[in-house]
Amino acid sequence: MGLQAYLTLAAVVFGIGLFGVVTRRNTISILLGIELMLNSVNINLVAFSRFSGDVTGMIFTVFTICITVVEAALGLSIVILLFRVRRTVTADHLDLLKG
Amino acid sequence: MMTGDGSLALIALLLHALGFLTLAIVAPLRRLGRPGAFVSIACAIGSLAAAVLSWQQHMGGAVSRRVWEWLPSQGQTLMTVGILADADSSVMLCLVALVACLVQVYSLSYLSDEPAPSFGRYYTYQSLFAFSMMGLVLAPNLAQLFICWELVGLSSYLLIGFWYRKPSAARAAVKAFWITKAGDVGLLIGIVLLWRQAGTFDLTEMRVLVESGALPVAGLSIITFCLYMGAAGKSAQFPMHIWLPDAMEGPTPVSALIHAATMVTAGVYLLLRTEFLFALTPDVLLIVAWVGAFTALLAAVLACVQDDIKRVLAYSTVSQLGYMMTAIGAGFASAGFFHLLTHGLFKALLFLGAGAVIHAVHSNDLPDMGGLARKMPQTAIVFLIGTLSLAGIPLFGGFLSKEEILGAVWAGGLVGPFAVLMLVAFLTAFYMFRVVFLAFYGVPAAAHAHAHGHAHGGHGHHAEPHDPPAAMALPLWILALLSMAVGVYFTFTHPETEFTAPGWLMPAAVGTAVAGILLAWATYQRQIINPVSLASAFGPIRYAAINKFWIDNIFEGIYNVVLLGFSKILGWIDRYIVDGVLNVVSAWTLTSGDDLRTLQTGRAQDYVYGVAVGLLILLLWARWALA
Repeated sequence: MGLQAYLTLAAVVFGIGLFGVVTRRNTISILLGIELMLNSVNINLVAFSRFSGDVTGMIFTVFTICITVVEAALGLSIVILLFRVRRTVTADHLDLLKG
Repeated sequence: MMTGDGSLALIALLLHALGFLTLAIVAPLRRLGRPGAFVSIACAIGSLAAAVLSWQQHMGGAVSRRVWEWLPSQGQTLMTVGILADADSSVMLCLVALVACLVQVYSLSYLSDEPAPSFGRYYTYQSLFAFSMMGLVLAPNLAQLFICWELVGLSSYLLIGFWYRKPSAARAAVKAFWITKAGDVGLLIGIVLLWRQAGTFDLTEMRVLVESGALPVAGLSIITFCLYMGAAGKSAQFPMHIWLPDAMEGPTPVSALIHAATMVTAGVYLLLRTEFLFALTPDVLLIVAWVGAFTALLAAVLACVQDDIKRVLAYSTVSQLGYMMTAIGAGFASAGFFHLLTHGLFKALLFLGAGAVIHAVHSNDLPDMGGLARKMPQTAIVFLIGTLSLAGIPLFGGFLSKEEILGAVWAGGLVGPFAVLMLVAFLTAFYMFRVVFLAFYGVPAAAHAHAHGHAHGGHGHHAEPHDPPAAMALPLWILALLSMAVGVYFTFTHPETEFTAPGWLMPAAVGTAVAGILLAWATYQRQIINPVSLASAFGPIRYAAINKFWIDNIFEGIYNVVLLGFSKILGWIDRYIVDGVLNVVSAWTLTSGDDLRTLQTGRAQDYVYGVAVGLLILLLWARWALA
């Protein structure tokens, strides 16, 4: 399998993630979508690293995974706080910035 | 101090300023009325003494000029203030000081029924007027002259509207203010244009420029015409004469001072001061002469049909101002100025005399008078002296000055205006003696005046008319004696004139005046000629004159049709086009803002969606358009 197949996979995962972020009502589902998008980027990094023989991409991926973990923790705690304050986690109801 | 450095003229000027400021600032004094009046009168008497002494210094031809720098501009002085006392301005100063002083004394008694605060207000205005008029007379430059010119206009407005609760007086004040203001705009334009051409406001410097021929003559006609417009507004020349008869709504002493002797002659005085400029523009002088002659005739005809004694005198003033203007137009400003001085004396006398009559009869209308000579002999005598002066009978004030004007106009080669002025001389004698015979002789109006008195009811105290008290009689006699003295003096010693009048002129002028007197006598005294049939003989003219030749209506029509129409068009444009465009733009802004704010949903997902779609479009664009 060539590079193109990996990239296609990454693009599809990214698309699914974006679709989830844009369409899901539940805030936790939106976070999951974001995770998907980040992982598609990881796939890209690993694929390029593998095919160009440069390990920098692999190392960078490890960093990304760390940051993803932190981000998930932060995101979840924000959602919990949000639930405490607003008694809801439905994204449609969180429209305080409405013009 | 008694040197001819102009300090006396300055004192005369500043004394009135002192009087005005004292009354204006010390409000309790003003509200006391009579004490305030005495302050003002004391200043006026001091001012008169200083003016007479100053005249003695300058009558020989000495000139005192004192100026102070006022407005600096780029290291130079743009404008100065000060005084210029020469033969002309000091004699004019004397006239102003004299009439102002006498009128203030006269008003003590004439306005004694006024409440104290308005009495004090009256004297405040009087002092302000005297100060501004003297400032105008002594002005060494046109800028100061203009400032004082506006100040006298203001005082005139305040004094015409002295009884401001009376609607007709308030209207007359506004009318006088606006019509003279129309002329003042011309004057201001003229002064500024002249400054651009000559580089100075100063009259003396300007005269030097003209005499050395350094002043370019091109375009000077417009300048002098603008100056003339200001003079015509102030001196009530056709068609801007309509304010003066209405100005009679003010107290009679005010009419005597402002609307007969001093302020209305300011226009003539301005033309005398700028005579050297007008001499360069003969075309404008011709306009001055013809308009003057026409004004004289028009006003004389109007005076013949008036029943209000003050209005007769007002039209007579307009007519005499026309006389002076014609003489100036003929190129002999000194003749016009001479008539200005004598006219100032006897017209003030006539107005004050009429005031005494009005004070006694409580009416302005000639039909309410009649047979007053028996009841008020002193008033009758002084009024007769004034009338004979105005008619131009030898030994009386106006005799020589009137003849000089006729001689000047003849010498100037203006045959048309000369003929008009002769006719006016006839009419003048006629209408003035009509007043004399109707008011002082003939059938006493006692019978129907009595009925009138009951009809008025409110007045109640219709006592028998009698001569005025001393405070009013004294100014009358002083003016009468001065008119006589001037008349007698000039009847026997002819001053040297710049022109030679033909020998037949004097008999012709006197003969015309006597003919006018005889006609009035035959009509109104002896009733040889029936006044009614005389009136019907001049039916159409009489009808037109009673309607003031519709000049007021024409002004009204111009106002209603042209001005209001124009403002309506402008108003429509402003309301529907200027405002319309703005309203539409603002409405668009509002609705589009309203529409656009729905884009701002506040949901983070929509923004992410927007970012994603935007990125996609950018990528596609980069792919297809740039590659």
